[in-house]
Amino acid sequence: MSGSSAPRAEFHAGTDAPSAGRRRVLWGCGHALLGAALCPVLRLRAEPLPVVDAAKPAFGAGSLAEVLRRLDANPTPSDDISLSVPDVVEDGAMVPVEITSRLPGAQEIYIISESNPFPLVARFSVPDGTDAFVSTRIKVASSGRVHALVHCDGRFLSAVKATTVTVGGCGA
Amino acid sequence: MPDPIRIRAQARNGGTDIHVLMPHPMETGFRKDPAGDFIAAHYITDVEIVVAGRTVLTATLSRAVSEDPLLFFRIKGGRPDDPIRVAWVDSWGERRIDAAVIMAAT
Repeated sequence: MSGSSAPRAEFHAGTDAPSAGRRRVLWGCGHALLGAALCPVLRLRAEPLPVVDAAKPAFGAGSLAEVLRRLDANPTPSDDISLSVPDVVEDGAMVPVEITSRLPGAQEIYIISESNPFPLVARFSVPDGTDAFVSTRIKVASSGRVHALVHCDGRFLSAVKATTVTVGGCGA
Repeated sequence: MPDPIRIRAQARNGGTDIHVLMPHPMETGFRKDPAGDFIAAHYITDVEIVVAGRTVLTATLSRAVSEDPLLFFRIKGGRPDDPIRVAWVDSWGERRIDAAVIMAAT
């Protein structure tokens, strides 16, 4: 035991959270003993974060058409969705986007930027008791259209707005 | 370890306005360092927000969400002193959980 205490103390020296260090050591043991394949399962059990997600494959799609195909979405334009994006943005790395849906039964809100290498930017779930409204900031690669997609009762409805970017957000 | 999540939740008109700021580099993997090498992609992928035991928002983010992601949304209900917990996990498997309580309207 005395032999192992010195390197442990050294391991902790650089961190202000000893327990985090110990956890990392334990994780290391876990990897060695159980194999890397089991680890995601164990992590999932440890904390209730949703890592498995039906929308995940759409995030790897390289075009708007492919995003819609992977979501199995054929959206209809709707006036009941408000999408607020500036007409002109100087910095494509920080573009404010705000979406409000007045459609009954909205379950999910998606943000898509057509000019991005991976157009699907974000997805938000809207459980009962949460307003169908979200405001965030996204990166937009170049001038192009931003889409808000709202999923309700198995249907997808959308709103579109064009924005002009003077400095792209791709490299940011 | 990334900086703590900043959470501001304020009860208002029978609902609660929730602002969340998660300090994170949100590296796209498309950026190069001064030596010309690509900087590895590193971004938050999943966020979960729970108020008094009820999941009020889950978000799936991509690398195209801006640095230090900011979320603003509203829930129905929520009372002053209700606990609010925000958790994220990123593309490297790092995670962070922080908590706050709902404040009364000012």
